[in-house]
Amino acid sequence: MNYELVCGLETHVELATKTKIFCSCTTEFGGEPNTHCCPICIGLPGTLPKLNRAVVEYAVMAGLATNCEISPVSKMDRKNYVYPDLPKAYQISQYDMPLCRNGRVDLSNGRRIRLNRIHIEEDAGKLVHERGNTFVDYNRGGVPLIEIVTEPDLRSIAEVEEYVEKLQMILRYIGVSDCKMQEGSLRCDVNVSVRPAGQEAFGTRAEIKNMNSFAHMVKAIEYEYDRQVDLLMSGEEVVQETRRYDEESGCTEGMRGKEDADDYRYFREPDLVTIRITDEMRETLRAKMPEDPQKRLTRFGSDYGLPEADARLLIEHRRIADYFEAAAKGTKNPRAAANCILGQMFARLGSEAEKERFDVAVSPERLRELILLLDAGKIRMNLVKSTLEKMLDSGKPASDFLNEKDLAGLSADDLKAICEKAVAENEAAAADYRAGKGKALKAILGSVMKATRGRADPQEAERLLAELLKK
Amino acid sequence: MEQHGLISKIGGLLRSGEISCTELTKKYLETAEQENGRLNAYVRLTPETALKTAAEVDRKLSAGEKLSPLAGIPMTLKDNISTSGIETTCCSKILQGYVPIYDATVWSILKQQDAVLIGKTNMDEFAMGSSCETSCFGGAKNPHNTERVAGGSSGGVASAVAGNLAAFGLGSDTGGSIRQPASFCGIVGFKPTYGAVSRYGLIAYASSFDQIGPITRSVADAALVYDAIAQYDPMDSTSSDKAAPAFSSLGKDIRGLKIGVPKEYYDGIRPDVKAALENALKVCQSLGAEIVEFSMPSIKYSLPVYYILACAEASSNLGRYDGIRYGTLTEHYADRDEMICRTRSEGFGAEVKRRILLGTYVLSAGYYDAFYKKAQNLRGTLVKAFEDAFSRCDVIAAPTVPMTAFPLNFTARDAVETYLTDICTVPVNIAGLPGISVPCGFGSDSMPVGLQLIGARFSEPALLNAAFQYEQAAGDDVFRALETGVAR
Ligand SMILES: [Zn+2]
Repeated sequence: MNYELVCGLETHVELATKTKIFCSCTTEFGGEPNTHCCPICIGLPGTLPKLNRAVVEYAVMAGLATNCEISPVSKMDRKNYVYPDLPKAYQISQYDMPLCRNGRVDLSNGRRIRLNRIHIEEDAGKLVHERGNTFVDYNRGGVPLIEIVTEPDLRSIAEVEEYVEKLQMILRYIGVSDCKMQEGSLRCDVNVSVRPAGQEAFGTRAEIKNMNSFAHMVKAIEYEYDRQVDLLMSGEEVVQETRRYDEESGCTEGMRGKEDADDYRYFREPDLVTIRITDEMRETLRAKMPEDPQKRLTRFGSDYGLPEADARLLIEHRRIADYFEAAAKGTKNPRAAANCILGQMFARLGSEAEKERFDVAVSPERLRELILLLDAGKIRMNLVKSTLEKMLDSGKPASDFLNEKDLAGLSADDLKAICEKAVAENEAAAADYRAGKGKALKAILGSVMKATRGRADPQEAERLLAELLKK
Repeated sequence: MEQHGLISKIGGLLRSGEISCTELTKKYLETAEQENGRLNAYVRLTPETALKTAAEVDRKLSAGEKLSPLAGIPMTLKDNISTSGIETTCCSKILQGYVPIYDATVWSILKQQDAVLIGKTNMDEFAMGSSCETSCFGGAKNPHNTERVAGGSSGGVASAVAGNLAAFGLGSDTGGSIRQPASFCGIVGFKPTYGAVSRYGLIAYASSFDQIGPITRSVADAALVYDAIAQYDPMDSTSSDKAAPAFSSLGKDIRGLKIGVPKEYYDGIRPDVKAALENALKVCQSLGAEIVEFSMPSIKYSLPVYYILACAEASSNLGRYDGIRYGTLTEHYADRDEMICRTRSEGFGAEVKRRILLGTYVLSAGYYDAFYKKAQNLRGTLVKAFEDAFSRCDVIAAPTVPMTAFPLNFTARDAVETYLTDICTVPVNIAGLPGISVPCGFGSDSMPVGLQLIGARFSEPALLNAAFQYEQAAGDDVFRALETGVAR
């Protein structure tokens, strides 16, 4: 029998606000333990939370970008549980009135992943185990999160991957999160169940907690799919439970049984007032939102003639996409602008973080000047690359290098003379070419390019050489 | 208004130079030290802080600087109001040794106005109790009769103010904790509208009920302190900017004021208490006020609604006391669960445990709808009932407590019996209204009786004026007996 995979995801995303959700402490990653803390985020007796307005705005933007309905009225609730990294012994979250509902993310295969809700909540601190002791670091306590919950609409690992990638792209794009899985700013809980292909009813699901790497998530789902199918095939039942993924063994294992089912005793957070989002606030935020990355991807193809793979790379970081558009605007060679970015500029940026910052010595206006020189024929395509290198090294405009000997244009006569000289100096190759070995021309062209230090237009030189060799 | 109230009187003495603030402070500190053995009002005296502030006030006075009305006034704070650098324990073993690193907003306001903190006062553990006897330091005694309780939970403040160990104090009122001890000790206790005074730094018992307010010797004093502390605070989301100054509106006559008397408040109260109240209503009538009788049947839900909701919030608010970051950690444990469990078992007293358990129970899956949700709905019903009541009258007059101060150890016998004594005070907290208890005579046991006046939300100026007019009119009869002599 064939079994179908059914997945639902709960994705926790850390918001990129400067300060925490209920106090004005920094959200910066790392730092000496317990230095990004104040009486409020360590839950000292008598302190009260104060909801950071930016958190609500970012969450609304995330909702708008995923086609959610934004609730005009929502509230915060307390989720009570005892764990040392949770300073108040409750997490302030949203229970029955989330900020955003009924959204969607569309996949490339045409399937629509429905989002049940997006709500806001605070992160906990973390436990550090050292020398047989356990220490608590509250630097991350109170960092704002959104939790994005899908319906069980995902049907394959490829869909899960595409969904998470798409979510990352959307959220980075609108600037609400950097979505770095390795730094924990994007974590997934995956609900996995299987059912015989064609069956309508869902199977019993297991929840795999806290996946913070793509590779592990894929392996965990694969393992869990196999485990559940094996169980069903051998006539056993899948138990509803929470499981964790063990990186070393590559297996998932049960965390706790049914008997200690969680009872979080949710109730309304009495220290915070009702959250109201007026139509006006929602529309103001909508107006502030950048273009939908999916639409932009299509537009990059139609407006600039970029191949999809290139467009996708540019769009992954909004700053880069904006840079590209500023550089390509009004030029005849947008693909050259894209190549400059994806080639030399990317080569200089090692990490994803550097790409995210996109701190390059050449402004988009300067790159645009270079492309306009190319459009005007003042610089040849094959010299764009070396000119850009000089610009990136020096921060100077392209026009500064135009008069340099190496970049100056080559007259037709000069080129002809050089080609004639090259034919004369490469007798053997010339003979081979005349004997029908077309490849031999490349060798002669090579010496032309060398002699002109790249100034020659290779196509023009090739045409000239062929003409000379016919004689 | 200048001449009314103890605070204005002391302020006058300081400004005229008849007494220096340092002399005055020393006098209060001495009295506090001497009398505390008898009253147990203070759990901690703060002579260094007090004398430092006093010296500063003296310097400002001699430099001719303009000072706030509260400058140089010896006062006290209930031990659940956070004071940076001064141990704050909620009179619970679990918080012993906890020294806050920040100030409650009310304390930063008073500090800025140069009020002189004499010490932190006794209370029921985490403000849970009606007699101050659940304090880990033992209960405060009633200055009128030390065989009787001072009331709770702000019993220490009431005892200190009634016994002249402080000129005024701040308490907190979750279900009557300011008004009830004020009534028992024959002084004024004022619970403002929910949100009028910042809760930031008040160690929470039940967040949606808790309210800081003044305990004073007169209505004028209460208005003066209220005006100082009723400020919008961005640190407290539930804080409001609607509070209007009250002191300046004292003194208007109350001719035509409609005083509502819902009969349910008077059911089953002790006859001598009822007689004192009827007398008080006659005084009001003699001032031209009109008595409007009606019925508020939903008042009967007040106690269950209060105990369900307040205990639910308390169970959550008190979850953080696990001995890990502050408080007294248990000595013997095998693992983390046992460590937390034993710390809490040893650190909390019986009443606190009882309320945590009740609160945990009513919020649990399976019971939530039957208890918590139902209580929330009834809370809405009560809010509505008060709105209706205030369409018929301007203020409501009720007993503060259906009895006078209990003998010591009375409440230990029956928790439920004790809960019933809150019957007249909790409705105000459920609906977030302002309420004030003013002395209105004595019971047959010669213990003080309190008249409770209740107003609509943010009606403090009118409410305090009504209380002030009654106090002035009743003054000679009632207050001569209460006057135990201070700062003459
Ligand atoms: Zn903080």
